[in-house]
Amino acid sequence: MKESLAKKSIEYRKRILKYIYKAKAGHTGGSLSCVDVLNVLYNRIMNVGPANFDSPDRDRYVQSKGHCVEALFVVLADQGFFPESELETLCQYNSHFIGHPTRKVPGVEQNTGALGHGLSLSVGMAIAAKLDKKDYQVFTLMGDGELAEGSNWEAALTASHYKLDNLCAIVDYNRLQISAPTRDVCNTDPVADKFRSFGWEVVEVDGHDVDELEATFRKLPFVPGKPSLVIAHTVKGKGISYMENVLKWHHGVPNEDQYEQAQKELDSALLAL
Amino acid sequence: MDREINMGKANLEVFSETLQHIAESNRDLLVVTSDSRGSGKLVPFAQRFPDQLVEVGIAEQNLVGISAGLASTGKQVFAVSPACFLTARSLEQIKNDVTYSDNAVTVVGISAGVSYGALGSTHHSLHDYAVLRAIHNIIVCAPADNFETAEAVRQATALNQPVYLRFGKRPMPLLRKDVPFALGKGRVLQEGKDLAIVATGEMVHPALEAAALLKESADIVTTVISMHTVKPLDTELLAQVAAAGMPILTVEEHSVYGGMGEACASFLLQEGFHNRFQVMGIPDEYTVTGSQQEIFDHYGLNGQGIMETAQQLLGVSQEK
Repeated sequence: MKESLAKKSIEYRKRILKYIYKAKAGHTGGSLSCVDVLNVLYNRIMNVGPANFDSPDRDRYVQSKGHCVEALFVVLADQGFFPESELETLCQYNSHFIGHPTRKVPGVEQNTGALGHGLSLSVGMAIAAKLDKKDYQVFTLMGDGELAEGSNWEAALTASHYKLDNLCAIVDYNRLQISAPTRDVCNTDPVADKFRSFGWEVVEVDGHDVDELEATFRKLPFVPGKPSLVIAHTVKGKGISYMENVLKWHHGVPNEDQYEQAQKELDSALLAL
Repeated sequence: MDREINMGKANLEVFSETLQHIAESNRDLLVVTSDSRGSGKLVPFAQRFPDQLVEVGIAEQNLVGISAGLASTGKQVFAVSPACFLTARSLEQIKNDVTYSDNAVTVVGISAGVSYGALGSTHHSLHDYAVLRAIHNIIVCAPADNFETAEAVRQATALNQPVYLRFGKRPMPLLRKDVPFALGKGRVLQEGKDLAIVATGEMVHPALEAAALLKESADIVTTVISMHTVKPLDTELLAQVAAAGMPILTVEEHSVYGGMGEACASFLLQEGFHNRFQVMGIPDEYTVTGSQQEIFDHYGLNGQGIMETAQQLLGVSQEK
């Protein structure tokens, strides 16, 4: 099972780079940092897929850090929501595969892109589940830089006020944002303490260890009556040697040589499994 | 004429009563408030339907985001907050989470316009038509009286798409009920031949007063339209009025910039109508301090003031 998920993560990375390279646009570093979380959620944890996407009982995933849409699109294609070949049109004229999640793409729960929106949307969905006595779970992925948006903290308050233990937020804690390290732009640390003080139960994990991620998500809710936060410690640009922890790959697009090297590195990683 | 018009309730009270009526048979109807149940006249609703009111505290961005999330699950959501905050602070949530994501939230701006009077500009919403007109996929409606309010709430509930409803807080006179109400269709409350006054929201009643004064003072017979839906604008009705050749005066409790009047002007000019035309509203300046009525009076947004502007537009003497 470990090989299977680990292999998927590498294959997802190859596809993320493929479509960013073709589109000559994309949020490369963040897509590579969050894709293991998406892999585990969609392949192991969430009860959602093309067959039940219209079901009111499906689990919900809201990608608050919408700019890392390439990771989401690749995973949704793999789930069978649409043929992967459609991603050839990413960011092209008249394509519905735009640079942020849109409900025009099958499998996307909510339109996002402006930061600081996903948690409130998710709180609404989680309150609805409580009102309707449904047992679906709501997941939302946020960036650590995104936590400077004040609306997140409004939503964090409400989530604990309503005891939303059916809500799990994940912070893709890669410590870099577009202009500098997060601690230098507007320090959001200590993230765990902040959320704990807001009434959340927090677990910190290696955001690239798919087994640890799976084991963590299987423990949800961490504490009955409390919303759950997973701080996924990640590396921006994960998997590509020259991209890891390098600021410019926030939305850098590889040139031909860089692209080929990246694919070779990922092929080697596949062989090494 | 005005003396024949009976006083009704605040539109907000009718809004709350209508919601209660709908909620009796609709468990999916939810009201979401930001510590605004009192000012929204929603305490009776909260008492009768405690499980159908979601309180988020003083957090308007969260109010709209949560409302959108609730609506995405099939709830019929009314997000209620003072219009000044709701359509400014949480505008991005309206734009992205409600309209762009097409979550069928009815966004309800309460104590709108200059209802808060001397509380000042932080509490006035004179921009809401302008900003919401420029956002795709939302109906913008300001009911004039209790009848229009009840109809607008019922129709918004049935529509299942984003709607903005704007209410003031003072009791409103009861206007005609025999002219049907439909979102997107202006209501001709009286027909004339000399002038058309197109008013929206709580400016409809002073427009009728002005029409009565014009008739009394100069035998000017005025068409008065309640253009409750600012977007989509009833261009068909406007074109009919313009084709009759009458000068057109628009009146709204909103900035003269970007509101219903400019929407009318834009349509008419682009359609080739060159009727004499004037927009009345709140001018682009620091709004004078006063009660709502004092502010209206200061800017001529009352029967007398509208009559005087109409006379200037018509080029008639203001002497009797």
